[in-house]
Amino acid sequence: MADLKTTFAGITSPNPFWLASAPPTDKEYNVRRAFEAGWGGVVWKTLGEEGPPVVNVNGPRYGAIWGADRRLLGLNNIELITDRPLETNLEEIKRVKADYPDRAVVVSLMVPLDEDAWRKILDRVGETGADGVELNFGCPHGMAERGMGSAVGQVPEYVGQITEWVKKHSDLPCIVKLTPNITDITKPALAAKQGGADAVSMINTINSITSVNLDEMCPEPMIDGYGTHGGYCGPAVKPIAMNMVAEVARNAETRGIPISAIGGITTWRDAAEFMSLGAGNAQVCTAAMTYGFKIVQEMISGLNQWMDQKGYATTSEFIGRAVPRVTDWQHLNLDYVTKAEINEDLCIKCGRCYAACEDTSHQAIEMGPDRTFSVKDDECVACNLCVNVCPVEGCITMRRLKPGEVDQRTGMTIPAEDDKRTWLEHPNNPDGDPLTCISRGQ
Amino acid sequence: MAHSPMTPGVVAGRLEHEALSKNFADLHPPLDAHEAQVAADRCYFCYDAPCMEACPTSIDIPLFIRQILTGTPEAAGKTILDQNILGGMCARVCPTETLCEEVCVRETAEGEPVQIGRLQRFATDTLMWQGPQPYTRAAPTGKRVAVVGAGPAGLACAHRLAMYGHDVTLYDAREKAGGLNEFGIASYKSVDDFASREVEWLMGIGGIELKLGAALGNSLHLSQISEDYDAVFLGIGLVDTNDLGIEGEGLEGVEDAVDFIAKLRQSHNLRNLPIGRRVVVIGGGMTAIDAATQAKLLGAEEVTLVYRRGQDKMPASEYEQDLAASKGVHIVCNAAPVKITGGNHVEGIEFAYTDDNAKPLDETFTLPADQVFKAIGQTLGDGHGLEIDGRKIAVSGAGRTTRPGIWAGGDCAAGGDDLTVTAVAEGRDAAEDIHASLMG
Repeated sequence: MADLKTTFAGITSPNPFWLASAPPTDKEYNVRRAFEAGWGGVVWKTLGEEGPPVVNVNGPRYGAIWGADRRLLGLNNIELITDRPLETNLEEIKRVKADYPDRAVVVSLMVPLDEDAWRKILDRVGETGADGVELNFGCPHGMAERGMGSAVGQVPEYVGQITEWVKKHSDLPCIVKLTPNITDITKPALAAKQGGADAVSMINTINSITSVNLDEMCPEPMIDGYGTHGGYCGPAVKPIAMNMVAEVARNAETRGIPISAIGGITTWRDAAEFMSLGAGNAQVCTAAMTYGFKIVQEMISGLNQWMDQKGYATTSEFIGRAVPRVTDWQHLNLDYVTKAEINEDLCIKCGRCYAACEDTSHQAIEMGPDRTFSVKDDECVACNLCVNVCPVEGCITMRRLKPGEVDQRTGMTIPAEDDKRTWLEHPNNPDGDPLTCISRGQ
Repeated sequence: MAHSPMTPGVVAGRLEHEALSKNFADLHPPLDAHEAQVAADRCYFCYDAPCMEACPTSIDIPLFIRQILTGTPEAAGKTILDQNILGGMCARVCPTETLCEEVCVRETAEGEPVQIGRLQRFATDTLMWQGPQPYTRAAPTGKRVAVVGAGPAGLACAHRLAMYGHDVTLYDAREKAGGLNEFGIASYKSVDDFASREVEWLMGIGGIELKLGAALGNSLHLSQISEDYDAVFLGIGLVDTNDLGIEGEGLEGVEDAVDFIAKLRQSHNLRNLPIGRRVVVIGGGMTAIDAATQAKLLGAEEVTLVYRRGQDKMPASEYEQDLAASKGVHIVCNAAPVKITGGNHVEGIEFAYTDDNAKPLDETFTLPADQVFKAIGQTLGDGHGLEIDGRKIAVSGAGRTTRPGIWAGGDCAAGGDDLTVTAVAEGRDAAEDIHASLMG
């Protein structure tokens, strides 16, 4: 059995699966159920400053998009930070942490851009025995209009400033949660690092309108005839989140800062993918909100099985392993040539590959008698669209042409494997070095 | 006195109302909106879809399923009815397991096709019960067409012709329109008087005058109507049944299965319908299966279906055979009737085992029977002077008989399977051809 114990920014937990700061971690009752179910840690739903609690809408808070069989693919929300009294939350955090000393309890915070406000709340959190704090610079709705959340996260200077205050007034590990509603995620990540953050977590939710009610001509969720943009999350955002994690993991200036991954993590595999791209652990919300806390059992067993199969004894052995393989387009090998191949035994003759290729791509699939589909090597550009639209996994695969084989489409003879050419060496690159630009008769 | 399945002879009321209504309830209950969504989700929207190819009326199945999936079942219904105006009935009675669903790629992939028939019913029901039909008539052409036979072929032909602005007179020999939809389908496949409601809905287009009780050779004469009208379409079906040609065929209790099925369909109280304790059905097609299954459901204690060839040759689909077997029908293959025994009333029937070519062998067996249903095929009967191809009216192209101005389609015309959906296709296509030739 692999060891799933993880230490992230100095905080240990029995497994890398934490519940993200969100409705599932808003109160003691839920968090106790989560810990009983097996979650390694929680980031307590964001606390605000002392005073009258935040007020939430009393109509629907969530919008959604669905896939096949009404499977929830994306959720957005317009809920604000905790709407319960600060005192209540602090008491509960203290009790829960005392009862679950081996689990990670991190407290999410959001107070105005004012050093004293941060000092006050940090003092209070410090009394609870919590393991760390997460700075909510991400929420894109409601609180941002009051100069907090993503309004802070979108200005790297603010991110750096608040991080500095937090580190000055607290010894607790500090995780800065980043908003994706920004052009270049490495900028606020760098600001957090320079401000002294122990880690970043990403991504918070994405500005979104999930659907429009066409009868009322109003976005959903609809509050008395009006809608507002909400924060998008769930499986649909995973690709966006993974790219941002990878960018921070490989950027020369931000490289090395621990990253807590958030964004559509639903299964052990999602978590493993994020962690291979450099994340130290995985935070989950939508999957738990969709299926309940029990899913963590599959995440734990799945990650365990996979690590055993791959021979990884601890999570640190695979964290970041895929980062060196993330590169820029210009470094991709342009002499790597593949062709689609259709396995006729597996083919169920739906013809989706044909429709996709014939209507929208390169006319490289032939439809023969009895609905037999075959690839025309002299037309196939290896785009992979047929593979992606085929309903039968493994029916269409890409075969790499071996050195010495001729690409029937271009007439190019495939060079030896070490003799590869990227855009930087390509003769069509006007900025390329003529000495390295070798022509292969394309 | 209360009867039970064990009561000897042919008696009514073997089962209580409750059991009968359960037995004759909808075989495939309609999908609700959620079930339809889940079922529709499985369609892969195939290119040049095999299901569409397999449909005799070429309904654009992937398109209508996608229309259901996107919340527009009314548009889906229109897609279906554009090709097949009796799409509602076909959704209920088509042997989908040997047509669209047999070739569904998900049958290939998982052995479980998309439920095309039930989705078609969901779409057509949604559209049909929402109000009047969505089709309107073109400007009047002044042309008059006689359509003889108000079954699936005649109804489809009449509707299409009316849509093009022709005036149609629709004749039928029976007291009710619908043909086999009304008289020839197992009750549990078309409940709640669907056939007549569908006819009423179809007639809503206007321009179709229905004349019942008028049969060719009776009050109608082909030579006369072909003079009185600009064109004639014959969708008269098969009116005669084949005889066994064996001793004892005239005994009481020996009946045509089609008559039993029709009687059952028209019965308002199944408790009043007599059925034997021991019933033997002879034949291997859909009529035989429907008669046997319904005899069992009416309360017969023992129902045996006897077919003279091997099970693999049985015209009824495997699905239909399984359905009959699941209701308790005993299926015997490779046996042919030799003679029917009894006094005035049938008491038993003797069979000889047969070889692979249906040739009787020496060994015989006898089944006791209170009732024997013959279901060994129907014939055209009188050809009304038209050229015959095999045993049906010879046609070429879209149902043209050898006599100019006379078209034929459905079961009475040569070619094609004897299916509701094939009849609809032939009626529709003949209407297109009639329209083209009238408007030249």
